[in-house]
Amino acid sequence: MPTPTDLGLPETPAFRHEVDAETELELYRSMERLRRFEKRAYDLFLQSLVKGTSHLSLGQEAIAAAFGASMRPDDWTFATYRGHAHTLARGVAMEPIMAELLGRSTGLMAGKGGSMHLTSVEHGVMGSYAIIGAHLTIANGAAWSAKLRGTDQVAVCFFGDGTTNIGAFHEALNLAATWKLPVVFVCENNQWMEYTPIGSVTAVPRPAADRAAAYGLEPVVVDGNDATAMYAAARDALRHARSGHGPVLIEALTYRHGGHSRADPAKYRPAEEVEPWLLRDPLVTYRAHLLRKGVEEGVLKGIDEDVLREVDDATEAARNAPEPDLTLIERDVWADGSSAWRN
Amino acid sequence: MTLMTYRDAVARGIAQELERDDRVVFLGEDVGAAGGVFKATGGLLERFGPLRVADTPISEQAILGAAMGAAMTGLRPIAEIMFSDFLAVCWDLVANEIAKTRYMTNGQISLPLVIRTGNGGGLRFGAQHSQSLENWAMAVPGLKVVAPSTPEDVVGLLAAAVRDPDPVMFFEHKGLYPTKGEVPDGEIVDTLGTAKVRRRGTDCTILALAAMVPRALKAADALAAAGVNATVVDVRSLVPLDTATILDAVARTGQLFTVEENPRLCGWGAEIVSVVVEEIWDDLDGPPIRITTPHVPLPSSDTLEDATIPSVTRIVDTVRKVME
Repeated sequence: MPTPTDLGLPETPAFRHEVDAETELELYRSMERLRRFEKRAYDLFLQSLVKGTSHLSLGQEAIAAAFGASMRPDDWTFATYRGHAHTLARGVAMEPIMAELLGRSTGLMAGKGGSMHLTSVEHGVMGSYAIIGAHLTIANGAAWSAKLRGTDQVAVCFFGDGTTNIGAFHEALNLAATWKLPVVFVCENNQWMEYTPIGSVTAVPRPAADRAAAYGLEPVVVDGNDATAMYAAARDALRHARSGHGPVLIEALTYRHGGHSRADPAKYRPAEEVEPWLLRDPLVTYRAHLLRKGVEEGVLKGIDEDVLREVDDATEAARNAPEPDLTLIERDVWADGSSAWRN
Repeated sequence: MTLMTYRDAVARGIAQELERDDRVVFLGEDVGAAGGVFKATGGLLERFGPLRVADTPISEQAILGAAMGAAMTGLRPIAEIMFSDFLAVCWDLVANEIAKTRYMTNGQISLPLVIRTGNGGGLRFGAQHSQSLENWAMAVPGLKVVAPSTPEDVVGLLAAAVRDPDPVMFFEHKGLYPTKGEVPDGEIVDTLGTAKVRRRGTDCTILALAAMVPRALKAADALAAAGVNATVVDVRSLVPLDTATILDAVARTGQLFTVEENPRLCGWGAEIVSVVVEEIWDDLDGPPIRITTPHVPLPSSDTLEDATIPSVTRIVDTVRKVME
C-alpha cells in the first residue's frame, strides 16, 4: 500500500476529524452507489445503450459523497460534465439519471440534456456544465443571490484540475473573494487534464490551491480519496462560507481510474503511476477502515446488496421507459413553453 | 411628458425597475460610482446602494455568470457589458449557458435576466468598439433581442425586458445616447416583440433598427419631397419578431427596403426578407432590397466610417433608383 506521501498527498490531514459511525456508514453507502451506478453506465455504453459521451468519476467518489453528506438540502451544487456522482450524492434517484443517459422520456431532463447536463433543481443540483470554467462564475451568482436575499445558503462548485488554467477560474475567484460570497470551490485534482498530465501544462505544483493564495484565500489541500478527511473538509468549508467569511477553495487530490471520457482507454498513463492510486481506491480503503473500526462484514455486504438492487431496478426501469415524445423538440426554449421567435 | 436624452432614459428605466421590485439588481463595469462610461447610469448607486448597484472588475465572464446564477436563484439581474464588442469574451455565458439552460434542463430553470450593452458605430472608435452585433444574438435560440431607437422605447422596452421571464439582450445604440425625445411621466412598460410604424406612406416600406431609424425617417422626408411616399417601420425587437406588422406594411406598399448597420452577410434584414418572400410573394412589386454596411470591420476615420454605415443619402439614392 503506497503511503499518502508517495502519492504527493498531504502528510497530515488538513483537518483533525472525528466523524460519527453513522456518518461513516452513510459515506460508504453513498460511495458504493456512485461506483455501482457508473460501472453500470459503462456496461450499458459498451452495449450501445448509453449514447454520445459520458465522463465517469470512478475513483473520485469520496469527494462527491463527502459533500453530499455535509450539504444542507437548500444548498446548491454546480457540477461539471463529469457530474453523475455529484448529482446522485445530493439524493437524486438513480432511475431518472439512468433514463437520461439512455435518452428516455423518464430521464431527469426527458432526454434533452444527456449525461453532461444533469440538473435537479428540487435537490439543489443547479446543473452540470460542459464548458470548462463557466460554472464557477455561475455558482458565484447563486452565492450572491443568497447573500442579497439574506439566506445562509452556500453554493458548492466542483471542477477539475484543467479548469484552473482557464480565465473564468480566475475571474470567478477574484469576484468571489472581493464580494465575500458564500461559495465553496472544490477542485478535484485527478492529475490529468483530459489527455495531458496537469503538471506538464501548469506553472505551479498545486494548480488550484497555489492560485487560491493569489486571491487571498487559505489554500486547503485534502486527500480526496479519504472520505472521512473529505467530509471534515467539506463540513468546515461549508461552515466558513455559511457564516459570512467568504469563499473557500479546496483542492482534493484524487485519481480517475478510467480515461477522460468513455472513448478513452487512458493508455497514455504509466502503470507505475496508475497502480499505487488503484491501491488507494477510496472504496477499498474505506471498507478496510470500517472493518478495522469494528463494523461487521455483514453490514457492509447488506449495503452492497441494497445498492446493487437499486442499480438493477434503475437499469430495468430506464430500459423499459418510452422514448421521448417528438413534441419535446420545440418545447421550453421560452418560459411560455414554446420556441416561437415570431408572431 | 418630459424631454430627455436616450442616455437619461436608460437610468430612468433601470431606476423604475429597481424601485418596483426588490429582486432587481444591476451590475457591470464602472456602472455605479462612475455613473457608467457613457454616463447612462448616473445616480443609481446613490439611490439604491452598492448591494443592488454593483461595480464589478473588468471580468465579463464573471459578470454574466453572476447574473445567470442570481437569476436562477430568485433575482432579476440587469448586467451591463460596456461595449457590445466585449460580448465576444463572454460569449460562452451568453450562447452556451444563458441561452440554453431552460431547454437543456427541460424547463427546470428560468433565467429572467437582461444583458444591456452599448452597440453600434459612428463615434470613430474603430473596429473593436463599434460593431452592431444584434445578429449574433439573433442567431442563438433562447435569447430575446431588443434594440430601441427612442428614449421612450428605452424606458418601456427595458421595463418589459426586466419583467420578461426569459433572457433578453438589450442593444442600446451608442450614437443615440445624446439624442432627445419626449417620455411620458410615470411608470412605462412596453411590449417585447412589437414593431412600430413611425411613418405611413403608400409607395414602399423601409425597415430600420436603432440608429438607422432616425436616418430612415430623414430619408423618407427627402423622398417625399421627390415624390416617393415611404412607410417607415421601427423593428425594435428581432426576437420575438413582429412579423404581422412588417408583413402588413410591406403588403400595403409592395416594395421593401431594409436598412441595417451590420455587415451584409447574415444580417437581420436577410432573415426578414426571407420571411416576406415566403409569406407574401404575390404582394411584392419587386425584389426586396437590403441596405447594409459592406462585409468589413468598421474603419475609424470620419470619411471611411461615414461611408461604411448606411447614411441618409445612401438610403435616399437606393430607394429612388429602385422606385423610379
